[in-house]
Amino acid sequence: MSVLVYINSNAGKLSKSAFEAVTYGKMIGDVTVVTNGSTGDDILSSLGAYGAQKVLVDRSFDGTDAQQLTRLIGAAAEATGAATIVFSNDLVGKAVAPRLSVRLSAGLVSGAIGAPDADGKIKVNVFSGKAFGHVKVNTTKRIISLLPNSFQPEEVGGSASIEAFDGNVGAPGLVVKATKQPEGGVPLPEAELVVSAGRGLKGPENWGMVEDLANELGAATACSRPVADIGWRPHHEHVGQTGVAIRPNLYIAAGISGAIQHLAGVNGSKVIVVINTDAEAPFFKAADYGIVGDAFEVLPRLTEAVKKFKSAN
Amino acid sequence: MKILVCISKAPDTTSKIAFTEGNTKFSEDGVQYIVNPYDEWYALVRGLELKESLGGTVTIVTVGTAADEPTIRKALAIGADEAVRIDAEAKDAFQVATEIANYAKGQGFDLILTGKETINYNGSQVAGMIAEHLDLPLVSLASKLDVNGVTATCDKEIVGGLETVEVQLPAVISCAKGMAEQRIPNMRGIMAARTKPLNVVAASASELNTEFVAYDLPAPKSAVKLIDPENMDALVELLHNEAKVI
Ligand SMILES: Cc1cc2nc3c(=O)[nH]c(=O)nc-3n(C[C@H](O)[C@H](O)[C@H](O)COP(=O)(O)OP(=O)(O)OC[C@H]3O[C@@H](n4cnc5c(N)ncnc54)[C@H](O)[C@@H]3O)c2cc1C
Repeated sequence: MSVLVYINSNAGKLSKSAFEAVTYGKMIGDVTVVTNGSTGDDILSSLGAYGAQKVLVDRSFDGTDAQQLTRLIGAAAEATGAATIVFSNDLVGKAVAPRLSVRLSAGLVSGAIGAPDADGKIKVNVFSGKAFGHVKVNTTKRIISLLPNSFQPEEVGGSASIEAFDGNVGAPGLVVKATKQPEGGVPLPEAELVVSAGRGLKGPENWGMVEDLANELGAATACSRPVADIGWRPHHEHVGQTGVAIRPNLYIAAGISGAIQHLAGVNGSKVIVVINTDAEAPFFKAADYGIVGDAFEVLPRLTEAVKKFKSAN
Repeated sequence: MKILVCISKAPDTTSKIAFTEGNTKFSEDGVQYIVNPYDEWYALVRGLELKESLGGTVTIVTVGTAADEPTIRKALAIGADEAVRIDAEAKDAFQVATEIANYAKGQGFDLILTGKETINYNGSQVAGMIAEHLDLPLVSLASKLDVNGVTATCDKEIVGGLETVEVQLPAVISCAKGMAEQRIPNMRGIMAARTKPLNVVAASASELNTEFVAYDLPAPKSAVKLIDPENMDALVELLHNEAKVI
């Protein structure tokens, strides 16, 4: 079965979610990748190591305009006869996959956390991570958009051939006026380790100890909703039912009570560590490891312990 | 400025999530429905602010049954001139988007606003599907929206950063945090909502591209392991050797 995987290569390098998507596609069939922009052939052919046989690249445009990408991927789907198209459910996937679904009359499954089962049903996150749904697709073509951090990229060896492809993409729908570049830290939705803090930290001036621990671990930082609402932290750090939903390997929460709306966005984490002065805080019920203590003392102590561990290993 | 705001109902965020009929159906037992927070806090409120500064109308549209009318009235209480209910049980995003696109076609809306996603199905699909149906540009997950004549300027999130984009109207915009502040309806709004027009239009019987055939709940967590706050070396050791995450 032919599978088409879209990956975003615009940063000039490939992200982990690109490898995840190729690995996922490989579980279903023979993978052709489609992408655009100016990333070098050598970098793109490295997708072969994850099972891609071929990479179709349209070098006529850069960027991630949803209308251009919809035309490109639609053309590539037609050219390859792919019945399954795979995306990462990131910001680009969220803009493009629904458009493509209408264009190709292909059922869209977004937020997939499992491979299609024997009857083709696909497991997804629903109710903001409080439950799982199993989705059946009624159309002959289907589009699957993967929740980041749900599949471990798997190297199988090999190298992909690169082919120039003209998607006839036309004009962009949006004109980009300015870009505030990413701040260089780990992007939250893709982060494997996350250090998060809430109102228990008392004020924005105390976030140094959260950042110190995050830096020591190589983790992204996150926060509870009230903390973003009062402007202690930027909005994109707000996790939970009405913020970002994340599934890191490790989520460390300091001074967060563990309200149901907060838990919804983080309970897909593999391991949860909770630091709270209140032994009755609801978060302890969702935690793997709990520390009943003052974040102002525990966080710096934990940073020191991580530092010690890193230098010994 | 003619604005259409798409709203969905969603279970109150404190609802107990459970399933019935052999785990094939969401249990509505004791569930209170609210307007999906992204639709209400950001799409609807920003739509109202634009109307207040530029003039025009705000129409609310939802795909739902008569049982959803109380939720529609909640949205009307916050503002909007009228509401439209497309009479069908909402079952998948494609169906909802197709119904809304069929309704909106040819009506001359300058802006079609949706929330970023619903908090029950989290699909983030409807806005993009409406845009493709109507061949309109889409600003996905916008955190700021200003209208200047025939164009709109939006901020939208890109991985770790922010992009400012300009788009020709008419356009579809899905609205995320930052775009507006939640408005609490006042008594006058609630009274006025009772008599605002709520027009019911027939559905165009769009097909279902996808179906939720079963649900399940995450396995319960085992009991928390408490660590001495004085001994963070012990935690690091467990994270390394037992949990294997660092
Ligand atoms: C519709 C709706 C949607 C929502 N969506 C979200 C969402 O997406 N994400 C979200 O996070 N919230 C959301 N909320 C809000 C949620 O209900 C909680 O109010 C919020 O998560 C609480 O944030 P917090 O834990 O930081 O603060 P608090 O509840 O005030 O908790 C602070 C915690 O810090 C502890 N503490 C105090 N001092 C210390 C110290 N020195 N050291 C250690 N611990 C200390 C306290 O014991 C307490 O447990 C939503 C609410 C609603 C109604």
